[in-house]
Amino acid sequence: MPISKSEVKYTADLARIKLNDEELEILAIQLQKIVDFIDKLKALDISGIEPTSHVLPLHNVFRQDELTPSLKTEDTLKNAPSKEGNFFKVPKVID
Amino acid sequence: MDNKKDLFSLTAGEITGQKHGTEELVSSLAKRVEAVEKKVHAFAKKPQARGQWFGFHWPKPQTENCNLTIRSGPLSGIPVSIKDNICVKDDETTCASKILSGFKPPYDAEVIRRLKDAGAILWGKTNMDEFAFGSSTENSSYGPTRNPHNLECVPGGSSGGSAAAVAADETIISLGSDTGGSIRQPAAFCGVVGLKPTYGRVSRYGLIAFASSLDQIGPITKDVRDCAVMMNIISGYDPKDSTSANIEVPDFTKSLNGEIKNLRVGLPKEYFTHGMDNEVKAAMDEAIATLKTKGAKFIEISLPHTEYAVAVYYIVATAEASSNLARFDGVQYGFRQMNSSGLIDMYKNSRGEGFGNEAKRRIILGTYVLSSGYYDAYYLRAQKVRTLIKRDFDTAFKEIDCIITPTSPTPAFKIGEKATDPLKMYLSDIYTISVNLAGVPAISIPCGFTKEKLPVGLQIIAKPFDEEMLFKAAFAYESQTNWRKIKPKL
Repeated sequence: MPISKSEVKYTADLARIKLNDEELEILAIQLQKIVDFIDKLKALDISGIEPTSHVLPLHNVFRQDELTPSLKTEDTLKNAPSKEGNFFKVPKVID
Repeated sequence: MDNKKDLFSLTAGEITGQKHGTEELVSSLAKRVEAVEKKVHAFAKKPQARGQWFGFHWPKPQTENCNLTIRSGPLSGIPVSIKDNICVKDDETTCASKILSGFKPPYDAEVIRRLKDAGAILWGKTNMDEFAFGSSTENSSYGPTRNPHNLECVPGGSSGGSAAAVAADETIISLGSDTGGSIRQPAAFCGVVGLKPTYGRVSRYGLIAFASSLDQIGPITKDVRDCAVMMNIISGYDPKDSTSANIEVPDFTKSLNGEIKNLRVGLPKEYFTHGMDNEVKAAMDEAIATLKTKGAKFIEISLPHTEYAVAVYYIVATAEASSNLARFDGVQYGFRQMNSSGLIDMYKNSRGEGFGNEAKRRIILGTYVLSSGYYDAYYLRAQKVRTLIKRDFDTAFKEIDCIITPTSPTPAFKIGEKATDPLKMYLSDIYTISVNLAGVPAISIPCGFTKEKLPVGLQIIAKPFDEEMLFKAAFAYESQTNWRKIKPKL
């Protein structure tokens, strides 16, 4: 199943990554090759096999509902490219 | 002490208990970095360039030779270099990516806290493939690292800087991270020791995540003893990492006794068929013969789903990466493209400009395999095949104590050789990837050199939480050989 440039563009939009035309073209070819390779999994019979999302026999991990120290607001904001007061600042969301 | 030996060339074990001062050691290493770093480029941030000459516990020195107070502990005064994806408080940590440029973590990773407690000196941040995406350390915003044994070759990756720094004697020990071979493959290419612990053995708190069901932090060292000492320090339960296993940590140095009589060693037949370089094969045969003389028994085993491992990995790892890397959006830290119209446009522009090519490729592949209509065909199917791969190991370990394979099918390749063909690069991890999918521990140790004087690595794989077995077998082999004494000519 060939991957088109518009499919790459659609996926890149989902991933919130802007790509130029040249990048879209190269990626379509490269993704095609990779997808052809991973398609080999289709040859295996996997009926009745449980998926492994995690190798450890872990379920929910709980902790006591107690207050513990956490990062200070000013430390959290220290790396922000843009901030105002106690907030991260982003471009306008609603016009 | 052997006065003819430069201090920088010693292991932590050799340094500890010597009469020289830490200043002398640090000064020796600093001179070494000055002498060879231009050729190797192992560091993303060199130790001295970052005001880190004397680590975090020490007052800033007035001169290079002032008196210093060193915290006591098992790594007292030992310089340890840190891969650039492990958070060190207030020191730029960027995963070799433009999108994290300028990021100074407000906290230490758990492994860093433990190293500081053990008295280690933090010795620079090492270069890597961007976000650990790669097998060559060519995909770095800092430029490529070179293999100290041959500067035209890659050091492996993604922890290529960590392995090259140890091999070039620019540091004593490094920390790396391993998602599909990123500690073991560079350790093999550079002729040093590298260990990927069992999934859950070492806390990932403060490791910038790539693929959360696969990532582990581990040591890269000059010998097996230093590796065991490091594992004693960094292993153990940490409530800050919900995947950290609450399992007792033994003293790994107790496994360094050289006793491997009647050890049952498995040789997976699927690994020894095609694609293995002849010189790698010859080194393996020699290593097997050496272990036999020490009393190890070899048994052919089968890991029947081996050929599917790379395909499973590039679905699972990219899917998890696409999710983990969603956090780099220009809001909380790192790079933001300032000329954007609106929020979504800002996300797209920041990520489009901030990520390198391999990062974009993997995020988009991961998004693709998770997207509506493809989820069952790719992601869910890959998770099921992962179950089969894990079962292969469970079955094999019923009959054997450990498995031996080459770490990589070839020695280090040339810089640029695989850079334009992502799939070819991915296939170079064929012997290391299954280990991460199954969550088992493995170590790579030097087992020879090719005619071109490139190192070859031997991989030993054990059952979950049986790192003691890795140390037992690795130490027994290492004590019969002298590979680690062959240093690169720089």
